[in-house]
Amino acid sequence: MGRYVIRRLLQMIPVFIGSTFLIFLMVYALGDPVTAFFGDRRPDPATAAAIRHEYNLDKPLWQQYLIYMGKIFTGDFGTAFNGEPVVDLMARAWPITIRLALLAVFFQAIVGITLGVLSGLRRGRALDTSVLLATLVVISIPTFVMGYLLQYLFGVNWNIAPVSVSAAAPLDELILPAIVLALVSLAYTTRLTRTSVSENARADYIRTAVAKGLPGRRITVRHLLRNSLIPVVTFLGIDIGNLMGGAIVTERIFNIQGVGYQLYQGILRQNAPTVVGFVTILVIIFLLANLLVDLLYAVLDPRIRLA
Amino acid sequence: MRDPHSERPDDVDPLANAGTGGPELPNSTEVGIDVATEEAESLENADYTHPGDPGTATSATEARSLWGHAWRDLRRNPIFLVSALLIVFLVFVSLWPSVVAGGSPYDCDLAHSREGASGSHPFGFDLQGCDVYNRTVYGARASVSVGVFATLGAALLGTVLGGLAGYFGGWWDGVLSRITEIFFGIPILLGGLVFLSVVPSGSIWPVIGFIVLLGWPQIARIARGSVITAKQNDYVQAARSLGASNSRIMLRHVLPNAVAPIIVVATIALGTYIALEATLSYLGVGLKPPTISWGQDISTAAPQYRNAPHMLLWPAAWLSVTVLAFIMLGDAVRDALDPKLR
Repeated sequence: MGRYVIRRLLQMIPVFIGSTFLIFLMVYALGDPVTAFFGDRRPDPATAAAIRHEYNLDKPLWQQYLIYMGKIFTGDFGTAFNGEPVVDLMARAWPITIRLALLAVFFQAIVGITLGVLSGLRRGRALDTSVLLATLVVISIPTFVMGYLLQYLFGVNWNIAPVSVSAAAPLDELILPAIVLALVSLAYTTRLTRTSVSENARADYIRTAVAKGLPGRRITVRHLLRNSLIPVVTFLGIDIGNLMGGAIVTERIFNIQGVGYQLYQGILRQNAPTVVGFVTILVIIFLLANLLVDLLYAVLDPRIRLA
Repeated sequence: MRDPHSERPDDVDPLANAGTGGPELPNSTEVGIDVATEEAESLENADYTHPGDPGTATSATEARSLWGHAWRDLRRNPIFLVSALLIVFLVFVSLWPSVVAGGSPYDCDLAHSREGASGSHPFGFDLQGCDVYNRTVYGARASVSVGVFATLGAALLGTVLGGLAGYFGGWWDGVLSRITEIFFGIPILLGGLVFLSVVPSGSIWPVIGFIVLLGWPQIARIARGSVITAKQNDYVQAARSLGASNSRIMLRHVLPNAVAPIIVVATIALGTYIALEATLSYLGVGLKPPTISWGQDISTAAPQYRNAPHMLLWPAAWLSVTVLAFIMLGDAVRDALDPKLR
């Protein structure tokens, strides 16, 4: 197990370098951080050259990348457009977004798996058909449309949930945004669970369990669910990155000052340190989530040996 | 539109196969139903299975039975019929919007700002006093063309790169796997925001280029997997022992048998790409005026939607229906092509 974790961590290094370098390339090579500094005005060439030199922007791109990464590992993420250190922005933004994303994954897992099991066990019946149709509709409504729709219905019309989230972002205010954030992935989780469950429900070991006279609940939970969950867990793990990326839209609609909000501000103002810094952390979270998923495999399926 | 004669052989295919009779083929009553319904089938539906057919046209006979079966399944599937009709309508609207629209989408009168629906303006007016119906109709072109071109690009690139990796294996396979992992590490919406905010243009081509850039690894993975499965078949061994060249084996034996999953994934991806384009336009980095797009109209309507919800709801509804149509089509095609479900 320990050796497996170390090997996987080593394998992550090239992926981490690749992903962050790709973003670095987009921000620093395709865009121009110095002109972004000056807004709409054209910068004075001498000043621009001085700034370029000060921020090492006159060096080749790979050197800039190495310098940047070196600084990151000492905790220096640079400064945001308003002069605030990016680290401070992160300290404020990450807790909010992590709360939002965990709440979303919670809904996604609980509701998605429950619906998926129910419809997978009743394949072809009315419940199954209506769940399938509902997931199709949910998948095809883009998150930003769904966000406004639910905000209007729950926040404005029925006045059940807050329309926007306060700066502290307590859990109860995050429930509606988390549902909005989770909905599309929830629909995918449902469909995936349904397919997996209905395939496994025909397996020999289920027939054996039924023949032994085990109670239905035990068959479903211990035999069927445990075997059907592997693709679902994979999806949930991969989806964490998407959820945090998708938080840009949700946080904009509900005025949540989390990672998505800061990233969006950074992108609009072309503030390179903010964008690259937040994305670097996102990539790390994504890679760690994938590792966690692979470790969970061994728990769910003892046949899988991690060596 | 294709010329109707080219559709003939495809329509006849399932019948020809049923006549020769594989072991799992259905009895003659079903064939009879086919004959009866064949004339009733609309030409539009025939058009929409064509993307898969070029493979069949150049392929050996073994590929035909799968497509024949799939085609017969599809024609009976109400979900397929509904989504195909919708897509035909959307493609028509995006090619000739002036036929459906009541006037120019740029013909605006501020005096009508945010007015609700009235006689000749069924969807009401937006903030600038433009007719929402006209803008919604004209918005279809951007969404559909981004979806179609981005899917074509990503599918071609993904199939070629993934297929070659799966077929030859070796170092290129390893490199490709690492590259796809790198691309999967970047959330697609985030990559799009960064990329499009630094590429200055409001036309559809940078958006398409970006979607191809971040979309191909997904298709390449599928293509790689299905090519690896297909190349292990006995008929590939047989072709190789007969002295067939690599390119001949790839094009005539492996590709036709590996293309089904790619088509399914690409069709579903088309719907999600349309949603992605709308989201990027909504965030202000995708399509920009004067290009009319649903995402952009929704974005301008958003601050006012509590007073005038119709400005947001109509483009949002059309956008959702468009995405739904493509995802339903992909679903139906998957069910038809998946032998496990038959």
